[in-house]
Amino acid sequence: MNDMTTPNLSGSQPLATPFVSVKDLRVRFVSREATVRAVNGVTFDLARGEVLCVIGESGSGKSVMMRSLLRLHPKKRTVIEGSMQVGEHDIGTVSDRVLSKLRGSTISMIFQEPMTALDPLYTIGDQIAETVRRHEGLGREAAWARALELLELVRVPSPERRLKAYPHELSGGLRQRAMIAVALSCRPSLLLADEPTTALDASVQIQVLVLLRRLQREMDMSMIFVTHDLGVAAQIADKVAVMYAGRIIEYGSVGDVLNRPQHPYTQAMLASTVKDQERVVPLEAIAGSPPDLRALPEGCSFLPRCAYAEPECAVAMPSETVDASRHMARCYRVGLEGKRLAFNGSALPPGGRATPAPMAAERAEMLGRSA
Amino acid sequence: MTQMALSPPPVAAEDPRDRGGPAQPMLIVDGIRKYFPIRAGVLNRTVAEVKAVDDISFYVLKGETLGIVGESGCGKSTLARLLMHLVDRDEGHLILDGDLVGEETGVPLDGLRRALQMVFQDSYSSLNPRLPIEQSIAYGPKVQGASSKVAKAQARALMEKVGLKANLFAQRYPHELSGGQKQRVNIARALALDPRLLILDEAVSALDKSVEAQVLNLLEDLKKQLNLTYIFISHDLHVVRYISDRVLVMYLGQVVEIGPVDQIYEDPQHPYTQALLACRLSMDPEERVEAAPLAGDPPNPVNPPSGCRFHTRCPFMEDVCMAKAPGLGDVLRSSADDHLAACHMVHPGSGHSRAPLPVRA
Repeated sequence: MNDMTTPNLSGSQPLATPFVSVKDLRVRFVSREATVRAVNGVTFDLARGEVLCVIGESGSGKSVMMRSLLRLHPKKRTVIEGSMQVGEHDIGTVSDRVLSKLRGSTISMIFQEPMTALDPLYTIGDQIAETVRRHEGLGREAAWARALELLELVRVPSPERRLKAYPHELSGGLRQRAMIAVALSCRPSLLLADEPTTALDASVQIQVLVLLRRLQREMDMSMIFVTHDLGVAAQIADKVAVMYAGRIIEYGSVGDVLNRPQHPYTQAMLASTVKDQERVVPLEAIAGSPPDLRALPEGCSFLPRCAYAEPECAVAMPSETVDASRHMARCYRVGLEGKRLAFNGSALPPGGRATPAPMAAERAEMLGRSA
Repeated sequence: MTQMALSPPPVAAEDPRDRGGPAQPMLIVDGIRKYFPIRAGVLNRTVAEVKAVDDISFYVLKGETLGIVGESGCGKSTLARLLMHLVDRDEGHLILDGDLVGEETGVPLDGLRRALQMVFQDSYSSLNPRLPIEQSIAYGPKVQGASSKVAKAQARALMEKVGLKANLFAQRYPHELSGGQKQRVNIARALALDPRLLILDEAVSALDKSVEAQVLNLLEDLKKQLNLTYIFISHDLHVVRYISDRVLVMYLGQVVEIGPVDQIYEDPQHPYTQALLACRLSMDPEERVEAAPLAGDPPNPVNPPSGCRFHTRCPFMEDVCMAKAPGLGDVLRSSADDHLAACHMVHPGSGHSRAPLPVRA
């Protein structure tokens, strides 16, 4: 399973053979009251050994998208459309039996809150050993030996003692390392990480990031890393996808997206991040809140909060504009200039954040409704 | 009440609630200490103590924002709870605007609670899930004697002040709000008693970055409008730099460095502060950190290391650091512009080989 060769899944991507290929993924949660459209057509490829960071606010659909790759959503209430190919498996259609084999071995996941993800009634050693025994059929002794190796791999100090510890006996950083050990126990080819460092201190966060990056390189894993912290993305990503209202609105290499952001949302996110600004100047916060996924408006979903909005934005969601280095943005203001994307927002009034006059009333109305 | 201003005030407007004069610090914390006992055995004897807050002194001037930073477990939150009297202190004094708190002659506890309010990190669990938010906000004033009508009107006014439309939100329950909105409710509730000092314990840490900016702007606005003083506790060093006038760095229950924000950030004296600052993530993918600046977790506060508590993780550790604890100096007599650090390397003649030369070399 570990050294399988990936078939070339899509002829249109000559750069690298994708290991993960997601095409037009749509996820809806259906209940009696409403249908929540959490993911609305996500397409991306990920090569072997590459790290994709998915950035977005709460409610942008980033976690839902990632959990779909393991089909972790309740079956009855979830409608998943589109294709998700991981290696040779089509996650959307594989049987439950195959899927439960894949979970934890080929595809593995790290969660945000290790205290709730680990079982409080079993020791760390038990939980690592269980995964190894379940997937690789090792005996008890061998599994424990492997558990010890794994704790050493994730640099837990005095690992023999920690194997016998319960989750509540460990600090937050150690707990997160233990969870990483569980996730890596069967040498996954794809590691999904859902905000694994958000609950940690800055000093521990950087330890975990350095560790994850080292392990990812050593084990040649592909990784999808969900975060809302652009600083974390800068540390760990090869590729960055910015999600808004269930769509990827900007995608590209980490340098392109963070240093040359094109979509107004990405620009606004970078501007609103607190980082050595002048103290007397108010932060450039993004006004309003993310749209209601139960009733998405026609047109660009960022429109109600966008400083560059114009009437055409309300008509339809902009299509993708891609440049030679595969930097993509979905915005009417973004065009191609030679081989690169270029944002064409220079015609705006000075200050840039002012609301274009014809849109003001409509924006106010929409903001009122979403609030 | 007893001390009068000698010099022109650092704060702008005259405040009718002011008792000690503008030069009197809003809050003085003098040698505060809290050890939590660990009990064990059949007799339930105290076998050890967690030294959560160990002899901390500082003051907060009127109208300033004091940032408190440190890793988890360093005692930041215990300190906040001690200031609020949510846990009782073992030793030390609190002086609120010139009056001792909780002693016979000083301010009574309900007076303290009116002047000091707190906003907690977890915006959901700090609100009562069964109360509409209007009632959550009106609860404090009612307890303090306001009629239900007055309290409700006040709650609605406060909701508008923190940017929530009262007619839309008043009757909603906490689970119907987003994280940023809930935190606004918490801020409104804290403001309901017209406090003078707000303790913000990781108040923006659980929010999305875009919402965090909104809430930080709101806090800045409110501070100016309502003439507030903030104690801002956070482990996010970027945010602390943005919002604070002075910064206090804590490690294992003690203050290791205190000073004006720019001096702390541009010229940190204590190796712990230097390491913490190096943990800030750069937004530039070219500047990746290859090795974590601080290895491991802080030592156990039950049995803190001898001498300087940071010596187990300090790159400049020498014998003197294990033998003798470095002092911070007299914080209460220092001025607000003074930059103090509890490190042998900054104290001339301490016996550390780098001592005579300050680290700023």
